[in-house]
Amino acid sequence: MKVMIRGNESIAYAFKLARVQVVPAYPITPSTLVPEKISELIANGEMKAEFVPVESEHSAMSAAIGASAKGVRVGTATASQGLALMHEVLFIASGMRLPIVMGIGNRALSAPINIWCDHQDMMSQRDTGWMQFYAESNQEGLDLGIMAFKIAEDERVLLPAMVGIDAFVLTHTVEPVELPEQKDVDDFLGEFVPHYVTLDPQNPATLGSFGFPEHFMEFKYGQWIAMERAKKVIDEVFEEFEERFGRKYMKVYPEFVEDAEIILVTMGSMTSTTREFVRRLREQGKKVGLVKLTVFRPFPKEELREILKNAKVVAVVERNISFGFGGAVYAELSSTFSRMKEKPKIVDFIVGLGGRDITFNTLNSVVEIAEKAMHEEVDEVNWIDVNKEAVLKAEGLL
Amino acid sequence: MNYEKEEFFAPGHGLCAGCAAPIIVRWILKLAGPNTIVTNATGCLEVATTAYPRTSWRVPWIHVAFENAAAVASGIDAALKAKGEKVNIIAFGGDGGTVDIGMQALSGMVERGHNVLYVLYDNEAYMNTGIQRSGATPWGAWTTTSKVGSANPIGKLRPKKPIAKIIAAHDAPYVATANPAFFNDFKKKVKKALSIEGPKFLHVLSSCTTGWRHDPSKTIEILRLATETGLFPLYEIENGDFENMRITYKPKKFKPVEEYLKPQGRFRHLFKNPEYIKKLQKDVDEWWAKYGKYYRP
Repeated sequence: MKVMIRGNESIAYAFKLARVQVVPAYPITPSTLVPEKISELIANGEMKAEFVPVESEHSAMSAAIGASAKGVRVGTATASQGLALMHEVLFIASGMRLPIVMGIGNRALSAPINIWCDHQDMMSQRDTGWMQFYAESNQEGLDLGIMAFKIAEDERVLLPAMVGIDAFVLTHTVEPVELPEQKDVDDFLGEFVPHYVTLDPQNPATLGSFGFPEHFMEFKYGQWIAMERAKKVIDEVFEEFEERFGRKYMKVYPEFVEDAEIILVTMGSMTSTTREFVRRLREQGKKVGLVKLTVFRPFPKEELREILKNAKVVAVVERNISFGFGGAVYAELSSTFSRMKEKPKIVDFIVGLGGRDITFNTLNSVVEIAEKAMHEEVDEVNWIDVNKEAVLKAEGLL
Repeated sequence: MNYEKEEFFAPGHGLCAGCAAPIIVRWILKLAGPNTIVTNATGCLEVATTAYPRTSWRVPWIHVAFENAAAVASGIDAALKAKGEKVNIIAFGGDGGTVDIGMQALSGMVERGHNVLYVLYDNEAYMNTGIQRSGATPWGAWTTTSKVGSANPIGKLRPKKPIAKIIAAHDAPYVATANPAFFNDFKKKVKKALSIEGPKFLHVLSSCTTGWRHDPSKTIEILRLATETGLFPLYEIENGDFENMRITYKPKKFKPVEEYLKPQGRFRHLFKNPEYIKKLQKDVDEWWAKYGKYYRP
């Protein structure tokens, strides 16, 4: 069934279709509509779940852990400051190997306070042991939301997962979305069976115990192995999803790359603009390609090496910044190629922070520098569409 | 079912000799029985009872972090409702994890009406990290962050946060203070709390031999003195009805506060100035003058 829904509703419908049993959530712009929609679906009797209107995001994740440890399917949603407030507990959800799924309305972090899109919130949680998926459209938000449960709950994985949908560009924008039938999702996901030890009075177990140095690293190594194994599970689930629902997903989604000299790497909604931009460049005979990174954790090193190895320049176009180094995707992509003899020149482009629009002009600036990089040295990290002069003056450098 | 002869809290844990926390926990579990899930805030109790791969807990138990035992309990409660199961949920937190860093989560849990018994074992400081003052540390107590010296001869300069009253002000169905030295009163309150649907809060005084600096063999004696002097009154408040608050024990003859303070190293400095002892005695006398009428045995 085709419906016209906002990105937040995609997450809410993914939870409904996955028959999530407990949703602890706290309102925050731009993901507030997720708990609102869940509350509505429950009030209308369309969804059977326990909604816990917690008093903070920290408590949202804590309650999610408690519920998941009791052995039910759990979903929640947050963004930005809310995700940052959860930081402490995110490590615990993954360390306890609980397959919680969380929708994120990707939004900038303060200061200055800003409610619009960038990927700083999720990027800042990359080491928390959660899988990370980034949606390009509301359809992807829904599909990835459903698939995230299947991947997270697989007994080879048992890790929590975040699905990012860009603030406002997706969260608040109405798009046509193919809503799968409940029966088809039921068949795809199967009934929820916790493949982990739960809080069961019939079989008492101690969860979240104190790990001394002689045991701690083995727990962490287990998480490492799980994340590595998730790579294959993600592929399997993506393939099965395509067979059942006809929509194709890849961890790394390449377009126009066969003979491309310059390949742009994008994430999330900016991919749509970039696709059209690249298509036009192709019409002009320019050898430019596009790679969409749908999965950031686990980082799909193998696929990226294979797809990008023949490019002359890889332009990483990203909406986050790690001060003192560069963008997170640039950092990871650079080290992905560190052992390769033949490798593309990788150049970083910081764009669209705090909801600044990513337009053809933005991408023109990116490609201009990338073309220059084919023949000469360029800056490693390039800030695009920034009034640099004003900043340099304010910093006393001009 | 009566499980008083069964043990759900196994020996062999690493809590100090003379620590009151395991006495409290052991008996609450005996009264609750095996159909119970425990969530525990970070603290001495959690650290000393679950050194992987060993555990003292014979009921399902979960620890997540310091400030969120009440939120974890809320999630378990939601999951039980989703599954249609009836199980006791008991949250244990120390005073730091309850009156300070865990206050928000606890307030939220009570406001939302989760069916949880939250037990504060109050040893009046952050003992697990080494005796730092908390919101529950009483006036005049020495701790490692309310030190006593020439510029501050008193120690902690602020009174204890009235946590039971704060939770009662949420109109919680059941709030009580309890003391393991008054065992029948303690048992009655635990049983009553477990029989009530909704959020219940028990504030239990729990002495700490290392932090209070007392002889480990004197735990129960000192706890008894806390109530016999009137410093730690035992009462219950149901549904936020302060007018019908019920003091459940009143000493026939109050002991002077010195008797409670004397055996504890944390109050030793107060005896250098009789005014300090007088102040504490005055505080107690005032409390009882105001609330004594609520003694309803």
